[in-house]
Amino acid sequence: MAASGLSAEVDVGQVVLPGDVLLLPAAPNADGERLRLGPSSAPRGRLLCGPGLRRCAAGLLVTKCGLLRHRPPAGAGTGGGAYWVDSQQKRYVPVKGDPIIGIVTAKAGDIFKVDVGGSEQASLSYLAFEGATKRNRPNVQVGDLVYGQFIVANKDMEPEMVCIDSSGRANGMGIIGHEGLLFKVSLGLIRKLLAPNCEIIQELGQLYPFEIVLGMNGRIWVKAKTVQQTLIVANILEACEHMTSEQRKQALAKLSES
Amino acid sequence: MAMAGEGKPRLSKNLLRMKFMQRGLDSETKKQLEEEEKKIISEEHWYLDLPELKEKESFIIEERSFMPCEDLLYGRMSFKGFNPEIEKLMIQMNSRYKKEEIEADDKMEADVSDEEMARRYESLVGTIGKKFLKKRDRHELQDEDEDENSNLRPSNVKKMFLKPQD
Repeated sequence: MAASGLSAEVDVGQVVLPGDVLLLPAAPNADGERLRLGPSSAPRGRLLCGPGLRRCAAGLLVTKCGLLRHRPPAGAGTGGGAYWVDSQQKRYVPVKGDPIIGIVTAKAGDIFKVDVGGSEQASLSYLAFEGATKRNRPNVQVGDLVYGQFIVANKDMEPEMVCIDSSGRANGMGIIGHEGLLFKVSLGLIRKLLAPNCEIIQELGQLYPFEIVLGMNGRIWVKAKTVQQTLIVANILEACEHMTSEQRKQALAKLSES
Repeated sequence: MAMAGEGKPRLSKNLLRMKFMQRGLDSETKKQLEEEEKKIISEEHWYLDLPELKEKESFIIEERSFMPCEDLLYGRMSFKGFNPEIEKLMIQMNSRYKKEEIEADDKMEADVSDEEMARRYESLVGTIGKKFLKKRDRHELQDEDEDENSNLRPSNVKKMFLKPQD
């Protein structure tokens, strides 16, 4: 079995394994679903090679096992669409730009050490909050929850996060309130919940008034009016990963009756 | 002394490179010295003896994050009015992500209309401007304000020095 250079003809939506090489078609706009042998002329627009895929000489090299996904280009000629591997994992690896929920574990001078669920703790400067100056420090204690995003996250350096965006505004990031419940789910569920038309979130939203924060590191924070409602929402979110949509609708119907 | 017997003392290159030695030189000698310096640096500079690699036209962007691939929504959400600020933020952030509405809509509802703002500014400039006038001009302004009959003093006449009479 020749390992290197073996071209694979794979449909989008099929299982791919690490080591598979995907060749790119010559004209992606025509038939982007099937990846097949094509002449090595550059396709129009830039192709986005998402997580689980790497660039190699022949085309794209798969590095994670999972389902191959494809998003066709949005507008005519504005970029060439995206390919990525939809894999499942519970352990989070910090990625630049990801919004995450972190737990403050230590205060060390000018920075806070935040546990984000990765291999290392991230550092968060006290100036990285909206309206924070040297004299006006944010009121962050050990054990607080913070919602922020990574600005530095690679395998060589300690991850760094901030709670403001590039223009200096918070945009909802920062310290999350004291009440509520934090629990952990798998990373695939978070992506499913954050997808543009997620039924789970919409159905839950009609049940009770509540507030939810989803971090890409697998952590969800929920707050509702009573403790019981909070726990119900948390249980549904944890369980809905393994439920079909009919089971979920039955469970929600039972809840809305009671 | 032995110095009389030696030839002209040879100055080291470092000494010649110093600023006070270069003031007397003309531009040509300066250029020569610079070129020599560059030569020395480039000879000592290490380089890889490899054939020139042509950079392939990169049309593939590698991305490690799921956010641009799947167009994920904003992570903070609130339902049924539990947290009105978050609900406002949801609309703002999701429309920005979807890029349907390009306008950022940062304009808050104006408490003061634009016209009134312009009027206030006009008078404000005058008021603050008065603060920085010299004493002489301030005095003139005051007189102008008090003079209602428009008997303007000829302010063009410069006040010359009058010799005190004996």
